Amino acid sequence: MRDITLGQYFPTDSLIHRLDPRIKIILLITYIVLIFVTFNFFALGLVAIAVLTVVLMSKVPLKLYLKSLKVIIIIVIITSLLNLFYGTGDPIFQWHFIKVTLNGIYNAIFVCVRIVLLLLMSSALTFTTSPTDLTDALERLMKPLKIFHIKVHEISMMMTIALRFVPTLLEETDKIMAAQKARGADMESGNFIHRIKALVPVLIPLFVSAFRRAYELAVAMECRCYQGGEGRTRMKQLTLSKRDYIALVISGALIAGIVLCNIFFVNIR
Amino acid sequence: MEFIEARNLCFAYEEADDSSQKTTKYVLNDVSFSVKKGEFVVFIGHNGSGKSTVAKHLNAMLTPSSGKVYIDGIDTSDETRAFDVRRKVGLVLQNPDNQLVASIVEEDVAFGPENIGIEPKEIRERVDEALKAVDMYDYRLYAPFKLSGGQKQRVAIAGIIAMRPDCIVLDEPTAMLDPKGRDEVMNTILKLNREAGITVIMITHYMEEAVLADRVYVLDSGRVLTEGVPEEVFSQVELLKRHRLDVPQATELCYKLRSCGVEIERLPLFSDDCVSMLKEVLR
Repeated sequence: MRDITLGQYFPTDSLIHRLDPRIKIILLITYIVLIFVTFNFFALGLVAIAVLTVVLMSKVPLKLYLKSLKVIIIIVIITSLLNLFYGTGDPIFQWHFIKVTLNGIYNAIFVCVRIVLLLLMSSALTFTTSPTDLTDALERLMKPLKIFHIKVHEISMMMTIALRFVPTLLEETDKIMAAQKARGADMESGNFIHRIKALVPVLIPLFVSAFRRAYELAVAMECRCYQGGEGRTRMKQLTLSKRDYIALVISGALIAGIVLCNIFFVNIR
Repeated sequence: MEFIEARNLCFAYEEADDSSQKTTKYVLNDVSFSVKKGEFVVFIGHNGSGKSTVAKHLNAMLTPSSGKVYIDGIDTSDETRAFDVRRKVGLVLQNPDNQLVASIVEEDVAFGPENIGIEPKEIRERVDEALKAVDMYDYRLYAPFKLSGGQKQRVAIAGIIAMRPDCIVLDEPTAMLDPKGRDEVMNTILKLNREAGITVIMITHYMEEAVLADRVYVLDSGRVLTEGVPEEVFSQVELLKRHRLDVPQATELCYKLRSCGVEIERLPLFSDDCVSMLKEVLR
């Protein structure tokens, strides 16, 4: 458990890595929307090309992308099958209660491709952006929400601390498990419920220690003059460079392309 | 007035016992001390002697029940100035794991300066400078959980000195470290005191660390038992032993030899000093 990499950050040097994290988050959201407003194969193909280009440009081994796809393969298959069998229109194939329609096939392909693209694009973000950059960018992006009295700084502080303590608490879980095993606790045998019950003596000390850590951290933060977000500055400044603007322009062109596809090929599915 | 001055400092809290009667428990009882700028002062005492409570009074995390603590003339019981006090006196705690906030070393060091609103460019300079001062500059992009205990504690110290305090207080900074980590941290502390001129107040129960100080205060059950330069303090072997406190190994050896009749004119603090003295005796 020691060697966990937080998130899935894969540090190499690519153009995608060097993009401003704020831009990357905005573009991810844009692309997710785009993926779901493609109503025909041309539009879907266009988004697919864009996503695959990003994936290739990220210089992250394709194996890693496939690995993250593996997790959702069952969801993809089930939703595709459901769409396949519940299509409306004239059946082109029927066997007992199962009927396949042209509409169903279209839907199945669309759903399948959409989910895969969605996952590839979000993986591209987490592979190319370190968790700290992500929280940092989120804080800056959420700043306008302040007018709705949302505590943006506090939220991002919580994310930062959570990220910081995940490995620490994992290490602690390891230690507690070893300690309980040394006292004769059995965690590996028995059925599911049995094993869940065996976790209680691990979770209780873990919670107690997490609270103690939280208290000590609060003291340490106060010692370092932490008084919330008011009057706080940041060492790292994010500045947009030429490549960020280029990414925005290309994405703008893509949006236009998809809108055109949706309008002009409306009758072709 | 000295840079840090505690006058008749008392700290007490109410404790309900079994019969729900409230009794007042004194953690610190009439403690007075003063620290000059640039000094290296150590507080020793065993568990429950109140030494950690002293540390928390020095940066206004706790305020006296009675008596006064002045930091550079500022009264710590003035709540409106608590953050002024904390900018002057930085506190490093025992567990390095629980005082690091960010998941990258340099961002953690930047946390303090960010809190007090320093300009981004200057934070960068301060962070680099602080990391170099504790010899952790090469690790600036590491995740804290990949560092050893001694390295983490040095990052914690860097996080404090990046705020450029006049004084750092360390509350048992080496208690959770292995011998190697302890050496690293002690060398860093000594370097900061001697080269950068930062006032250092250290709480410890290791006598080997206490002998390196300019002055030592010995606390016992909330009172100052004795104080002075290490030579003075540790020559009172009987007094310290009576209060279940240790003396450095070299001192103890010579003390025992002396009580067995070996002629030793003074008690040494360091082992090499002890070795050369014993050589003299054996000649």
